[in-house]
Amino acid sequence: MDIYWEPVWLTLKLAGFTTAVLLVVGTPVAWWLARSKHWVRQPVAAIIALPLVLPPTVLGFYLLVLMGPKGMVGQLTQELGLGLLPFTFEGLVIASVIYSLPFTVQPLQNAFGSINQQLLEVASTLRASPRDRFFSIVLPLARPGFLTAGVLTFAHTIGEFGVVLMIGGNIPGETKVLSVAIYDHVESLEYAQAHWLAAGMVAFSFVVLVVLYSLNGRLQPGLVK
Amino acid sequence: MADSGIQARFCCHFGAFTLDVDLDLPGNGLTALFGHSGCGKTTLLRCMAGLQSADGTMCVNGDEWQNKSVSRPVHQRPLAYVFQETSLFPHLSVKRNLMYGYQRIPRSDRQISFDQASQWLGLSRLLDRMPDKLSGGERQRVAIARALLTSPRLLLMDEPLSALDQTSKQEILPYLEALRDKLAIPILYVSHSTAEVARLADHIVMMDKGKVVAEGPLQQIMARTDQPFGLEEDAGVILDACISERDDRWHLCRADFEGGHLWIRADEGLAVGQSIRLQVLARDISLARSEQTDQSIQNLLPATVDEVVSDVSPGTSMVRLLAGQTPFLSRLTTRAVHTLAIAPGQQLWMQVKSVAIVD
Repeated sequence: MDIYWEPVWLTLKLAGFTTAVLLVVGTPVAWWLARSKHWVRQPVAAIIALPLVLPPTVLGFYLLVLMGPKGMVGQLTQELGLGLLPFTFEGLVIASVIYSLPFTVQPLQNAFGSINQQLLEVASTLRASPRDRFFSIVLPLARPGFLTAGVLTFAHTIGEFGVVLMIGGNIPGETKVLSVAIYDHVESLEYAQAHWLAAGMVAFSFVVLVVLYSLNGRLQPGLVK
Repeated sequence: MADSGIQARFCCHFGAFTLDVDLDLPGNGLTALFGHSGCGKTTLLRCMAGLQSADGTMCVNGDEWQNKSVSRPVHQRPLAYVFQETSLFPHLSVKRNLMYGYQRIPRSDRQISFDQASQWLGLSRLLDRMPDKLSGGERQRVAIARALLTSPRLLLMDEPLSALDQTSKQEILPYLEALRDKLAIPILYVSHSTAEVARLADHIVMMDKGKVVAEGPLQQIMARTDQPFGLEEDAGVILDACISERDDRWHLCRADFEGGHLWIRADEGLAVGQSIRLQVLARDISLARSEQTDQSIQNLLPATVDEVVSDVSPGTSMVRLLAGQTPFLSRLTTRAVHTLAIAPGQQLWMQVKSVAIVD
């Protein structure tokens, strides 16, 4: 039974780490994209959206090259004494963060963009500093956006396959996540085990989406008394 | 640098529009920034608040907010701003909206208490509501109270009534009048409504194409024969008067002003000692060489002719008169001016046909 649960646990851990990192990193990026009028905004937005259109193997391939022993990132991590990132859990987190970036940034950017700018002006006339305005006005009003971003990123990370295969390989307990495990089972014609995991994924994804849609309906601003 | 009043100097370009003002405004009372839409009055207000970055200087009762080298960000200026659109935070209840600014000023700076503000604007029954459950007028009252709760040194109001329907306007105006009289802080009030300005303002700044075209106490601006205020048919003067006597037999009140008195209908709510604001239209004053008592008009005031000019429409003239120090305007036909040989310095009797209470 351990063989069954290990990939599940590993997958949830990966998705959790990825979501946490992305909410922290993606928030300032999305805020800048929603507010800036600088010309580099469009190229940056395009770069962030690239994982949406590229085959995951392309992304995985370049990450592998970059983080490999001869890649720039690989040489840096080696010099810092961190070793090489490919085929480790940490490497997988980094790859997932890049792969799921648009799923965090775009919902947040939309949420920030739909906030009435005048509310921020009002807050400034009520003595709120820029930082204070962000936490007291922007964050609460963008709450549905954060929920969407978090859930989408989490679910998308769970479903990834190509990038994992390229960068993580298939090391049990380290990089062998659910989707890879299913592939493995099918390869070895263990259809029963593949069914258990695959059906579990379908059920999980369905539940996540139902929860997301119903929460988004109720979590509109206007609930704090 | 003067240590009282408001000094606002801005000269800046926004695309094709240029704002160029140099104002020295009173440090108390309500000053109306008046003009057609697009004249720059809202831009000026935003520059004063720091919402619009602009080169210039801004000094309020000796406190320098902005000069050539330093410009304090908006949240460090002790001002309050009431926006045209109702702008309550949708995720906070009325009470938490009101507390937003109140909590952000030092305890020692709080001169207006929460209960005071909510009482002044009649909000005590609305505190637990969410903004989307309020009417337009209620929302704007909350926004005004929220602004006051920062105990500002300057209150800026950008057409606070323009987004409201007539009923809500009538509902809010008395609150604004009360505030003007209660607060010891200057209020700058942007408006394009002559009725609002006539009712609320003590001082008026007329703007056109980013420049100030006329500025002064409301009474004097309204009494100018060149009518910068642009009232045309409704040209008239505004008087601040005080009720000194109530005559219940004839249902009249005597309103004293500097230089004379007028009898007005004793409307409900008028009490002896009360201050009121009256409007006398130029078309409601006729002139006579002697005191005419054998006619129906009861308000007869001796006055001295100050100025006679041709009016905008052909065949009419505008006569400016002084009763004591108080100016009046009378619109006559040019033939009447000629027949009576009206000229500056002449003593005449004004026959005031009608007086309106604007406040």
